[in-house]
Amino acid sequence: MTAAVDRTRRERRLNRRIADAALRYLLMLLLALGLFGVILLLSGKNPLHAYADILRATLGSTYGFSEVLVAMTPMLITAMAVALPSRVGLINVGVEGQLYMGACLATWGALTFIDLPAWALLPLMVLLGMIGGAAWAFVPGYLKAIGLVNETITSLLLNSVAPKVVSFFIFGFWHGPMDTNKTANFVSAARLPTFFGTRVDLSLIFALALLVLFWYVMRYSRWGLEMRAIGGNPQAALRNGIPLKAYQVGIMCLGGAIAGLAGMALVSGYFGLLLANFSSGIGYMGFLISWLSFGDPLGVLLVSFLVSVITTGGNLLQLTQGLPYAAINILLALALYIVLARPTFVRGAK
Amino acid sequence: MTSSAVSPPVSANRTAESHDGKRPLLSLRGVTKRFPLVLANDHIDLDIYAGEIHALLGENGAGKSTLMKILYGFYRADAGSLALEGRPVQIHSPADARKLGLGMLFQDFSLIPALSVAENIALFLQDVGPVVDLRQVERRIEAFAARYRLQVRANVKVSELSLGEQQKVEILKLLLSGARILILDEPTRVLAPHEVTALLEVLVGLRSDGYAIILITHKIKEVLACADRITILRGGRVAGAMLRAEADEKKLIACMFGREMPDVTRRPRSVTAETPHPVLELRAVSTRAEGAATSLKEINLAIYPGEIVGVAGISGNGQRELGDLVLGMISCAQGEKFLFGKPAGRLSIRQARREGVAFIPENPLAMASVPFMTVLENIALTRPWRYARRGGLTLDWAAIRRDALAGLEKMAYQLPLYAPARTLSGGNLQRMVIVRELGLGPRLILASYVTRGLDVQSAVAAQQALLDARGAGAGVLLISEDLEELFALSDRLIVLYEGRIVGTFRPEETDAYQVGYLMTGAGGAHDSRR
Repeated sequence: MTAAVDRTRRERRLNRRIADAALRYLLMLLLALGLFGVILLLSGKNPLHAYADILRATLGSTYGFSEVLVAMTPMLITAMAVALPSRVGLINVGVEGQLYMGACLATWGALTFIDLPAWALLPLMVLLGMIGGAAWAFVPGYLKAIGLVNETITSLLLNSVAPKVVSFFIFGFWHGPMDTNKTANFVSAARLPTFFGTRVDLSLIFALALLVLFWYVMRYSRWGLEMRAIGGNPQAALRNGIPLKAYQVGIMCLGGAIAGLAGMALVSGYFGLLLANFSSGIGYMGFLISWLSFGDPLGVLLVSFLVSVITTGGNLLQLTQGLPYAAINILLALALYIVLARPTFVRGAK
Repeated sequence: MTSSAVSPPVSANRTAESHDGKRPLLSLRGVTKRFPLVLANDHIDLDIYAGEIHALLGENGAGKSTLMKILYGFYRADAGSLALEGRPVQIHSPADARKLGLGMLFQDFSLIPALSVAENIALFLQDVGPVVDLRQVERRIEAFAARYRLQVRANVKVSELSLGEQQKVEILKLLLSGARILILDEPTRVLAPHEVTALLEVLVGLRSDGYAIILITHKIKEVLACADRITILRGGRVAGAMLRAEADEKKLIACMFGREMPDVTRRPRSVTAETPHPVLELRAVSTRAEGAATSLKEINLAIYPGEIVGVAGISGNGQRELGDLVLGMISCAQGEKFLFGKPAGRLSIRQARREGVAFIPENPLAMASVPFMTVLENIALTRPWRYARRGGLTLDWAAIRRDALAGLEKMAYQLPLYAPARTLSGGNLQRMVIVRELGLGPRLILASYVTRGLDVQSAVAAQQALLDARGAGAGVLLISEDLEELFALSDRLIVLYEGRIVGTFRPEETDAYQVGYLMTGAGGAHDSRR
């Protein structure tokens, strides 16, 4: 058997797998849209009009498209904060909390070092945000590694603590002169630069760079090999000498750091200040996206984009179709159920 | 018989008719089952009588479990027939088996820890209505429990019970559901000695009430203690069938392991005992095991460079734990471990592997390979430091490929390098692990069941590779069930039984009979060290 034959066979297998996956996703998406269409019909709306409205509002104009990107950025980052730990078999439900702690520490930097120029302050805030998220993720990661508590539960529970910590600092020390529930606007050196007069900011570049890095590391590096081994068979990985516990703690912290970066990006870019309870569940959305795409980088990108289109367009449906915003959540939930249930006719051969 | 009417059967009538010249309750004729690489059951005949304990004796892999799984409807036999009380029957599923009055006690219990004893039993019963009357179930439990010394507290959660008590619950479950033929798969494996005695008493009680009991085991003492009839399986065939009165230890062991002496070929030891340090030394090491695992007790063992130490024993007697202990998966609760002359109690597995420890585990799929990764990736996994470039950012796949191909060539094996490990056959998986572990000059090889699943040619190549490594000065811990292999390869032989070394031999001063005797726990310890 020669290397060339081996390689073509391998490539053919890979191509077939990608085509299969694309077809499966398309079928599942159509199924979700179809079911939601039935719901729209039952409530007396024309589903085709509704879908046309969504497309026009998001992909039909430069502004609409830029808003999709704005919505997509934090979803991308938080999805990776889930996807990375999932590769070593860790379930990080704590992205929401890690995001709050990242935002909190980054805000401290922004409020403390007001005199620094942007080229120094922004990297510092990124670093602080990542430290905040990593510290929050260390707790469940460490407890898991020493075999005490499952990380799923601890990371989830810490989600209800983190927003309270943030509120404590805002209401206690940081609130601005006018409001009690948010800080004053950040100085401009603490703001991420935006592009082309839209609200799209530098964090989109962070997100895409992270995505490429994630893909590269998993695919080509030594650590990727070791992480895939842990995810594939922890018992065998251990016996092969891979330091499982170190990876569990390290990767959980790294996931937290990525979530913290999302928090930093939100306060420094989107909001420009720290607001109590600012996130409205972006961490959970990332969790959902990561599992919908099975932790695959390309999948994360596609699903985040799709979800952003639906949520951004959904805002418009309230105006044009008189639908409550909750209707969009029904569509998202339908898509989730369909992907998770994976009906047999789209499951394909194992 | 409807199961709602079940109560302890009246003893007199059934016991009376079970002996001599009576019709068997259950009979198997010519049962044959072939798996891809092995003929697991080869024309097996078996007669089970009511009111008797029938022991099914044999080594692991002799075909006992397969036969019982056929009987209980998990597998379909390729050929052969079953008859219950003379009428031919078909068993397609465990449900069929239960309807016919068969009950099976598995090695791993199937109780739900969070439910009480009565609730667990009610779950199993067919005749409990939509509203569960636990009081009634408890009354039924009590009736059986009192009669057969199976007292359990019916309202206690199963999670609070010891393994012995859980086993009682399992037996009660079968009795209440109306089983007349009880199949017990190595029931004493998880029990403490006093619990074994109690279990055997329970079985004797059941026998006198006309139950038929099939006892699967490889422990000769237990067979001689309670069985009425003994069938010995070896290599998928009936190697012998006898009544208790005709049986003795010697006869049974000869039957189990075969009379023929392994063909022993002697080779001189390549490195003499003057070598300063053993590659592995265990000093009075004991481990603490959880659940059904075996704990090692007071293990003293030294392996010198250029030496193969064979470990004989029926699997489940501590072999897995011994390998894991040396590798570093489990730590010493007591005693000391030295690798290459240095204390190694706190050495990580990676450090041990860097020092040159190779590990071929008993189960290559579960313990050595990552199923969805390719063969090449799996081979890279053991020594990522060797192939990492640019500080780990990339891996040198050409080097991995070179190493793999060199290893394959040396062994004359062929493997698809880019196929995921899960698509490999058992034999190919074993080849992959052998190539990976023996490839780069290991200094200590922990090898379990190396030749399992391999054809003759591949097996010889694997054994030759071990001998070559020994010639190059490596120490080998060779765990095997194949006595022939152990006698042919080992410089020294130890026998493990229930986590203890019960014998240390030089192969030339013993024989398969003596080793088999110790493997089944039938004798006192033997020691002729070095």
